[in-house]
Amino acid sequence: MNFFSHYDYWVMLFLAMSGLFIVIARGNLIKKLVGLAILQTSVYLLYLTPGKIVGATAPIVDASFTVYSNPLPQVLILTAIVVGVATLALGLALVVRIREEYDSIEEDEILRLDLDPADDKREAKP
Amino acid sequence: MMIAVVALTRTRNLFAVVVLFGLYSFLTATVMVALDAVDVAMTEAAIGAGFSTVLLLGALHLCKSEEEKPAHKPWLPLAVTIGTGLVLVYGTWDLPPFSDATAPIHTHVAPRYLADGPRVTGVPNVVTTILASYRGFDTLGETVVVFTAGIGVIALLGRRRYVRRGKQ
Repeated sequence: MNFFSHYDYWVMLFLAMSGLFIVIARGNLIKKLVGLAILQTSVYLLYLTPGKIVGATAPIVDASFTVYSNPLPQVLILTAIVVGVATLALGLALVVRIREEYDSIEEDEILRLDLDPADDKREAKP
Repeated sequence: MMIAVVALTRTRNLFAVVVLFGLYSFLTATVMVALDAVDVAMTEAAIGAGFSTVLLLGALHLCKSEEEKPAHKPWLPLAVTIGTGLVLVYGTWDLPPFSDATAPIHTHVAPRYLADGPRVTGVPNVVTTILASYRGFDTLGETVVVFTAGIGVIALLGRRRYVRRGKQ
């Protein structure tokens, strides 16, 4: 076991932790969604890297090849990508609705408006 | 790829964030080609880099494009993420090393799919074989999820037009 045998997992973990950091630390809702998407992408890599064998080819059966990479994780990740974009679309629709209601997509500002409704300019209007 | 993510974390202009995210998705697709996952790479390039970027730009058009300065220093989230990351790195020591052909993932169902799949279904691309035949119900469930998300988006954004029309 040498240092580089687990290097792929560490790259994946770095990406996952960056995504988590963006989700926790940044108040902007669109940026939070981008962070969530990065976290998702790192999980795709977590699934795909163990399926790879050095010297193998893509799993399309042909007489001139004998070693193929594992096709099962690829199928699961194909499903996950499409579901991921569906959740992203739903999240963005929610953000647009929040922006209409509060005129802001910053989490701190939304919380402040929730605590003190008198601040809300739209409430003041009849 | 890692540089793109770090730049993305530090940028406050949301337009730059979205463009960097598209760049990151393309780089991920390249890595997936290197990992022999050609179907996944194609999907990621089309959906992750193309469609997601369009969605984000559309949402950005409806919102402000500048992020505010964070109100407090991000030391606590940084500590939490680094702590979680270290625990997970510790966990990777028990995982099989990269490109180990004797790992459990390569010895259970995958050989059967590779050996029988093309003969049973007549499709040489094993990914398509599993997606459409062996795990067809998965794909049906995925379609249901996408359909539900579409209904949700229409319910959230369609209401707005209805209200606006009501005011006129």
